[in-house]
Formats: sequence, C-alpha cells, structure tokens
Amino acid sequence: MMPERIYLDNAATTPPDPAVIEAMAEVLRTAYGNPSSLHRLGVEAEARVAAARAEVAAALGVAPTQVVFTSGGTEANALALVGAARAYRSRGTHLVTTAVEHSSVLDTLRALAQEGWALTVLPVDRWGRVDPDAVARALRPDTVLVSVMAVNNEVGTVQPVAAIARVLRERRGDGRLPLLHVDAVQALGTLPVPVEDADLVTVSAHKVHGPKGVGALVVRPGVRLVPLLHGGEQERGLRPGTENVPGIVGFGVAARLVREAGDVTPHLRALRARLLAGLRPVEDLVVNSPPDGAPHILNVQVPGVRGETLVHRLEQEGVYVSTGSACHSRDPRPSHVLLAMGLRREAALASIRLSLSRHTTAAEVDAAAGAIVRAAAELRVLAR
Amino acid sequence: MEPVLLVRYGEVALKGQNRPFFLGTLVRNLEALAGPGVEARARFGRILLTGPAVRQDARAVLERARRVFGVVSLSPALEVPAEPAAILQAAETATAAHLARRAAATFKVDARRADKRFPLTSLDLNRAVGAHLAARFGLRVDVHRPDLTVRVEVRDRAYVATEVVPGPGGLPVGTGARAVVLLSGGIDSPVALWLAARRGLVPVAVHFHSFPFTGERSRQKVLDLARVLATSTGPLRVWVVHFTEIQRAIQLAVPEALRVTVMRRMMMRLAERIAALEGAAGLVTGESVGQVASQTLESIGTIEAATTLPVLRPLSGMDKSEIVARARAIGTYEISVLPYEDCCSLFLPAHPHTHPTRAEAERAEAGLDIPALLTEAVERSEVVTVSPGEQPALAAASVG
Repeated sequence: MMPERIYLDNAATTPPDPAVIEAMAEVLRTAYGNPSSLHRLGVEAEARVAAARAEVAAALGVAPTQVVFTSGGTEANALALVGAARAYRSRGTHLVTTAVEHSSVLDTLRALAQEGWALTVLPVDRWGRVDPDAVARALRPDTVLVSVMAVNNEVGTVQPVAAIARVLRERRGDGRLPLLHVDAVQALGTLPVPVEDADLVTVSAHKVHGPKGVGALVVRPGVRLVPLLHGGEQERGLRPGTENVPGIVGFGVAARLVREAGDVTPHLRALRARLLAGLRPVEDLVVNSPPDGAPHILNVQVPGVRGETLVHRLEQEGVYVSTGSACHSRDPRPSHVLLAMGLRREAALASIRLSLSRHTTAAEVDAAAGAIVRAAAELRVLAR
Repeated sequence: MEPVLLVRYGEVALKGQNRPFFLGTLVRNLEALAGPGVEARARFGRILLTGPAVRQDARAVLERARRVFGVVSLSPALEVPAEPAAILQAAETATAAHLARRAAATFKVDARRADKRFPLTSLDLNRAVGAHLAARFGLRVDVHRPDLTVRVEVRDRAYVATEVVPGPGGLPVGTGARAVVLLSGGIDSPVALWLAARRGLVPVAVHFHSFPFTGERSRQKVLDLARVLATSTGPLRVWVVHFTEIQRAIQLAVPEALRVTVMRRMMMRLAERIAALEGAAGLVTGESVGQVASQTLESIGTIEAATTLPVLRPLSGMDKSEIVARARAIGTYEISVLPYEDCCSLFLPAHPHTHPTRAEAERAEAGLDIPALLTEAVERSEVVTVSPGEQPALAAASVG
C-alpha cells in the first residue's frame, strides 16, 4: 500500500521547485567562487548573488539595495529587532509586539526585555487580530519599534498592518521612530507584502518553494541597524560572512517564480473554501481561522481528538498536515496563538493546521478532506 | 613497545567448570564489541586486547571495551620484553604520556614480578623504576596518596600502565538465558534491560507501538535507545509490536478504571508469545514498586498473573534518582527525555483502579477476543536488529 502523498503543511515548509534545485546544483558545481575573491570565479559568484538580489527585490517591489540576505526568517527577525533596538537605544528602549507573533519574534523581544528593554505584548481578539487603536494606546515617547506579523503562521490571521502604519506615521511626525517591523514570512507568495508600510520586513525562501537556510530582511533606506555578527563587509556590513551563494540563487529563482505566478490569492482562496466545504461532515467541527484570513491557511478543531493523533492517522493515508502546537510528551503544550485567541487548552490541543501552496490541486484538497472526515469519525469513537 | 589493553574480570564469578565458558564468552564479546581490529586473549588471569585497532587508537577501543559486561576494570598498557632496560623505557614513555594529559606532583610504583626468572625482585624493580621516574620527571614519591600510580606487571612479557578504568562488572552476555524485555521510550526500561543483561541474560526488546496515537518519532526513539544499549549487549533484536488494535479494543470494551491493568496484562501476554518465538525463558520490565498507580504490589500481581513466565524487575528496589543516575551513566537518559513520547494519554483514565484483583481484571477483559488480538498484534510486528555502532536517528525535537 503506497499512498499518494498529499502535502498540506506548506506553512511549515514547501517542497523546493525543480527549477530551484537545478539552479542550486548548477551553482554548486560551477559558480563555487567566493564573491569576495578578486579573480574571475569570485566575480561570477558575486554576479549570481546580485542577480538573485534583483529577483527577490522585484518580487517584493523594493530596490535591490534594500535586500539583506540572512540565514532565514529567524535571523532576519533577530537582525531587525535586536539590530534596531541597539541602534536606537539612546532614543528609547520601549518595544511593542502582539501575543501571536512567531516565537522567533516573541522570544527575541523577551530576551531584550531580560537585558533591560521595556516590552509591551498586545492581546488579540478571538480571530487573532490586534487592534490598531490598542497599538496607538501602547505607544510611549520612548517607543522605538513595533513588530507585527503580516500573516499569522498558525491560523492565517491577516493583521491590519496598513492601519498600524498610519498610527505610527501620525506619531512620528517628521521623525523616523517608532519603526515598524513586519514578519511577512507567511505573506510572500500568498498575499501582497506590505513593503510600503514597514521599515523592516522579514521574508524566507523555503516558504515559497525555495531552499531552507536563506531568508532576507528588507530595510528601508535610512534605517540604522547594529549587525548581529561582525567580521566582514558582506551585505553592506549588516550580515558578514561568506554569502550562501547556492541558497541565495535558489531564493532568487523561487522569487522569480512567485512573480511569474502572478496573483495566486483567488486560486488559493477557492481551494481553501473547497477544503472547508469538504470538512463540513466532521461532527462539531470548529474553524479557528478567521473568515477573512490568509488564503492558504485553515486551522480547525475536531473536538475530542488530539491534534497529533489526527496528524499521525492522516500520515498513514499519505496526507501531511500539522498541529498548531508541538507535542511534548505527557505535558502537551497548547499553541500560544490559539490560547491568545481565547481557546481553552483542550480545544487548542484538538486543533490541526492545513496549509496550501499555489501548486495544491482541487483533487488533493478533496482527497485530504475525505481522509480527515474518515479519520475524525474513527478517532471520535475512542474519545470517550 | 606495543600498546595493549589489560582487562580484569571478576574472579568471584568463576566457579569450577563454568570458568572456561565464562571466559570464552567474555573473550568473544570483547572481540565483537571492542572491535573490529581487536584480538582478545585470556592470559594469566587477565584478558589482553591487542591488534591494529589498539595500536592505532587504544583510547577508542578502551571506551568500547569498558561497556562490556564481565569487565571489572581495564588499563591501557605498554607491552615490552621482560627486561629491566625495556621496562624502564616503557615506564618513562607511559608516565610522559600520562603527564601530558594530567598534571601530577607525586607518584608511586606498584611493581609485581609474577615470573620468578626475572632477575629483579618486586622490591628491587619498584626501587629501580621509582628512581628512574623521579630523576626523569622530578616527581616526589608518596606511597599513601600519590597523584600517579605506575603499575608494572612482569610475566613472560612485562606490562606498564598508569591508569585503571572501571568497567560495568557483572557476567558476560550469553552466559545466561534469553529474556524478553519490555522497552518503552521512558527512562526506566532501558536501565532494566541493561541490568538484566549485566547478569548474563541475552535481552530481546519488545516495544508496543500505537500508531497513530504515537508517531514515527517514538518508534525511532526506542531504536535509538536500543543502539546505545547494543554497545553493551551486542546486536539487539527489537520487536515493534503493532499495539493499536488492542488499545482500540480495550478502549471500546473495558471499563475505564481497569483499562491500564488490562493493557498491561495484554502486554505480558504478547511478551510471552514473543518469548516462545525467541526461545526466551523469562520477562524483564522496568517497573519499580509504587511509582505509579499500576505499580502497587496488588496491581503488579494482577498484571503478572497474565503470564506463567518469571518476570524480573531489576528496578523494583531503586529510587527514581538512582535510576536516573544509572540511565545517565549508561547514556540512555538524554534519549529518554526527548519530548516525543507516547501521546496516547488519550487512553489514560482519570482515575485508574490502583488495587485491581485478578477476578476483576478477568471480568473486565471478558469482552475481548484475546487469542485473536494477540495473534494479529504479533503478526503485524516488525523485528529490527540494532547493531552497536549505529548512529542515532533523532537529533532534537522539531517544532512545526
């Protein structure tokens, strides 16, 4: 019994596009020079990086000089948050974020709080959304940075980034502070990335069919950052170290494919609606995702069935999904996002996340929905 | 001058006719577990490890050999002809190597002449080596609490060593019968397997897997534990038993308070069936008295009544802290505490019966077709043989 594979865990990572793999293999074979080397091989590698930077910039609608390549979303978030907090320390030490951010944002800000920065973590409503007025109220004269994600990775909530940007613009007057950082890892490839509204934007390659180990921070001109690493002039001194040339080239190809795919939002939205319709037969199904959330993420709850049990049951049929939370032995930790949305612990533990990519087909969605309906019915019997 | 390893084994365990069997088994186990490239020979009440692997990296061989049951202690040594000049030279080389790793200000020489043809007495040899080393390295003699003890044994050849590393002791695996060990992903059962094997038993591991209630990582985890244990036991057979249908049947047919008792009784029955297939003479579990509800003495009795085989519980007298310390020493602790354990808490009742009787258990399982369930579970089992030296598969918990 060799099941066909239906991969609906694209918010965790996406399969690399064959064109990405090919381009990376070719770079590893031929363009292995160090971009900093004086000779021809170095020049060639440098040109490859420059071309990839132009592709990523084009996909985002920014200037190539704004793109700083990093080792991924986590590092881009750290560079934005720690880099800006340190650069503007003399101007203020207050930071603002939301309770539903990715742990690479929340934990980095908490680490800064340990070092003496003041941190405000704003609550969210039942759909995981932060209120722009609450952001306005949280601002203080010494606030230097607000960090809000574009799209929540667990439930797909789209945050009101434009409204928050307006709040910050009014507050700034002629000045530059407070800065707005947007973690847009889940927005790239599914929704417009708010590069106009934000001073710092995080993106990651492996969420858009690129390779793991490469991401970028988009930095608005004039924003100062203190680098996390030292010892080289690469990436304008903001990210020293020999460039991950094959990874960056892979990111470039992935970004070009994002641009060429055009507006995939309607396609994804239709698929998501179809998936949800297919899940209707699941008894007592609760939809955790907001109705107007991102088009590629659907988080649902099958009351009485542990999310991880459902994940394992579905993998038996070749359907790959994820829980909102990680399974931690006898003490399973429910998702901080679902708890912040007001879900009870048991409800949070009974939730799974289904996430699509532009390559997902209607047939896959139908088959997955069928498998979930069957598995839920079967496991519910055992749930006392 | 050749680097060798001197292995000491427990004389106490050697009785009469068992001696050649015991020694032969230990020699074979050492060659299998300390090798490849290691030859083991029993000589003058010691086992001598030699060969290309010892010449190349004696330390690595020592680390493998020190995990072999039956080994009381080991010493890396230099073997030289039984001549005074060669012995002085070896003592100097060994001491220099020792001082390069660890500083010492005081020392003593512990020389023994077993071969009476050797021209110097033990006392003379002590003095000669002591004087040479004191002059060469500027060390002071302290016979009571020396920083460094240089041991010299003179047989038909002479051996010089500066270090004694303890082994696990016990009896070589294979001097006892085969035993089926119930191996979970927790801290306790790997220690129980290790202790049983240290008494010479040949362990066969049985793991109950409840996919989809437990995932692929919990299976990997048990195999990783087996990989660590196999460095002491030799190749370890692991039965991964398909337990899901039994859990399902229990969930549907057994009153909640007795589900744990019946589940454990089914595990005993499965272990007994596997013992018959494996030619094993008994069962081993990681139970410790009173640790959880199923481990009251009454409960243990009711669970054990499901099998006619003897059930050994090597941990029954140990405190949790002792078990943890032992697990750390064996090297299984770090794997056991990895987070993805059994997510089958779905099946754990809120209030398990802590003193179930046999009659109660038998009534509770009346609705189960036990022979059919056992047959299906055994048939759908997977048997994996884990070899020492395999690398673990799991690194750390990954979070989606």
